[in-house]
Amino acid sequence: MSLQPPLALYVPEPAGRPGHPSDFSYLRLAPAGQARRPPVNSSAAELTDLAYTLIRVLDDEGCAVGPWVPDVDTDVLKTGMRAMMKTRMFDARMLIAQRQKKMSFYIQCLGEEAVGVAQALALNLDDMCFCSYRQQSILMARNAPLVDIICQLLSNENDRLKGRQLPVLYSMRDFGFFTLSGNLATQFIQAVGWAMASAIKGDTRIASAWIGDGATAESDFHSALIFAHVYRAPVILNVVNNQWAISTFQAIAGGEDTTFAAHGIGSGIASLRVDGNDFLAVYSASCWAAQRARNNIGPTLIEWVTYRGGAHSTSDDPSRYRPENDWENFPLGDPIPRLRKHLERLGAWSEQEHQRVAKELEAEIAAAQKEAESHGSLAAGRTPDVASMFEDVYKDMPAHLQRQRAQLGE
Amino acid sequence: MAAQTDDLKQTAAMTMVQALRSAMDIMLTRDENVVVFGEDVGFFGGVFRCTEGLQEKHGRTRVFDAPISESGIVGAAVGMAAYGLRPVVEIQFADYYYPAMDQIVSEAARLRYRSAGEFTSPMTIRMPCGGGIFGGQTHSQSPEVLFTHVSGLRTVMPSNPFDAKGLLIAAIESDDPVIFLEPKRLYNGPFDGDHDKPVVPWSGHPLADVPLGYYSVPLESAAVFRPGRALTVLTYGTMVFVAQAACELSGIDAEIIDLRSLWPLDLDTLVKSVKKTGRCVVVHEATRSSGFGAELAALVQEHCFYHLEAPIERVAGWDTPYPHAQEWAYFPGPARLAAAFKRSMEAA
Repeated sequence: MSLQPPLALYVPEPAGRPGHPSDFSYLRLAPAGQARRPPVNSSAAELTDLAYTLIRVLDDEGCAVGPWVPDVDTDVLKTGMRAMMKTRMFDARMLIAQRQKKMSFYIQCLGEEAVGVAQALALNLDDMCFCSYRQQSILMARNAPLVDIICQLLSNENDRLKGRQLPVLYSMRDFGFFTLSGNLATQFIQAVGWAMASAIKGDTRIASAWIGDGATAESDFHSALIFAHVYRAPVILNVVNNQWAISTFQAIAGGEDTTFAAHGIGSGIASLRVDGNDFLAVYSASCWAAQRARNNIGPTLIEWVTYRGGAHSTSDDPSRYRPENDWENFPLGDPIPRLRKHLERLGAWSEQEHQRVAKELEAEIAAAQKEAESHGSLAAGRTPDVASMFEDVYKDMPAHLQRQRAQLGE
Repeated sequence: MAAQTDDLKQTAAMTMVQALRSAMDIMLTRDENVVVFGEDVGFFGGVFRCTEGLQEKHGRTRVFDAPISESGIVGAAVGMAAYGLRPVVEIQFADYYYPAMDQIVSEAARLRYRSAGEFTSPMTIRMPCGGGIFGGQTHSQSPEVLFTHVSGLRTVMPSNPFDAKGLLIAAIESDDPVIFLEPKRLYNGPFDGDHDKPVVPWSGHPLADVPLGYYSVPLESAAVFRPGRALTVLTYGTMVFVAQAACELSGIDAEIIDLRSLWPLDLDTLVKSVKKTGRCVVVHEATRSSGFGAELAALVQEHCFYHLEAPIERVAGWDTPYPHAQEWAYFPGPARLAAAFKRSMEAA
């Protein structure tokens, strides 16, 4: 008989469940202004502390404090404010359209608007973003045409992707937005490859890679870190830790007692952990990472700490696995009111301005929706030509696909 | 089918390894967007010597070593191809491509389709395949059917140095992703399945007389490897030579079709041959059930039904993992092929 106690399997549980409010003390928070700002040529080993703390700029009063206060024009902040509002209003409207059965599926990014918008404004338009399905805020920041976006959601006659892709799996090369895949994490290593190509060709463009907390468990996340480090690829590796992967808490993805930023340090990649709801911190950290990439110093991994304010998708009901009012209690708040408070403090925003912009955006989105719907929808029956389903499988259509296309008409 | 070239006159005797290396060397020289990488591919020149000297000649940013991560190698190549490069990557053994399956099936194969042509993946994935070398379970597999089943991929397998170079150049130039399977049993010489004989080198074989310059062998083109009248053998890779040995062993005048491009394939050449002979034997090293032979047999049945005088025979690896000690009982040798030829000829 062994004298040892029996082994016990440990299975992490979330900080809250329906009916039981979350205890957010697991988040490694830090006051605004406290985290240091190291030189951009720092090595990963010199940044270990920054992977376990939180870089924040905006305090509770909306003041920008500490070494990470970005050197940014107020107009850029206002542009960012507008893009965040546009993203949220667009999401709300598309959610309704999905409930009205105008589209089969939608994914919102409620509460995560700052990470995409602020990074997009820190990059150049020709830097390629390799996104997951929750970075529509990048398209909004880059002013991608709403009509085109909605036509994709409707799979209608004007859908640039010819009805082949599930709604939200956009592809907009002209806006530096790489074709979205349903397969998680695949784009993370592809972004590294794209960045390596840019370096091979002696280009000046950099890549921006995006992944969620849950998908960091996929093997492609680890491949991406290794390749980015080995070849010093000019890439920003963004991990959006919104605490949830559908119903699974980030602890199941390996987040308990560590951080996602720490993965980067372990791989030799300079890594930061940043308040993802703090627009100024996102902008500032993104500029820091972009400068590293552009100066051939190497890749940067950034964990954005945020919260998935909405359901995972239109097919999900979060009240079955997490507290109903969880987002309201999240210590880092909502990115839009936080930036608004700051802008108002600068005298660059007001209630009237807010209402005016909201009204303008509402009209713009409504008009775009109306125009997109005039091109039909999956529900209304006006979808791309069925024969086009055989195109683009190969550059030139092989004989067997020509035969199958002919059979379709028989 | 005729090869396209700028100079076929200057030739040299090459092994398949040398022919493949020559193809990469030429494409690295002709197209500055071609990059070559994989495990041990750079400084060392590859575990099979296929990339020997290429890094020294073309530089470390064109030909380089990669971490041991198949999904990383293919995933990075997809990103490079989307950027505008033309990556030629190597998976050390076909048996080890499985970690990259998601990147190959979900990404490389689908990029053009799902983006309606906005992004494409003009890349070539080379992988040594096949058995007959006492490679055991993980150095002998023939996974071609796992690629031919995937819409958007091209799957190619040469059987000799001339085709190896021409097909590899065509694969690299193709704007579609190409899985380029190299029968490692044929790297240094043809192999007819008689393992007791000493290895015959390529030198002296007519198909080892390879042009030094640029030429390509078109994809989707099969070759009549041996003309015949009695029956049609549909095969590729090492089994082309085994089928030839089976003709001599059985005395049956078989027409051997070397598919070269497995999918999309050259259906016309297959159908023409079977309609002429009325009999068909499908041969591959890969396991039998749901193997690529099943697709070939189905195509022949659909297109040649009224010309068939016998059931279509399939000779393939057994439905087991590839064994070590039982290598020659597993590998479909000339005797098994000859028996199938006889069954086909004796059928009503």
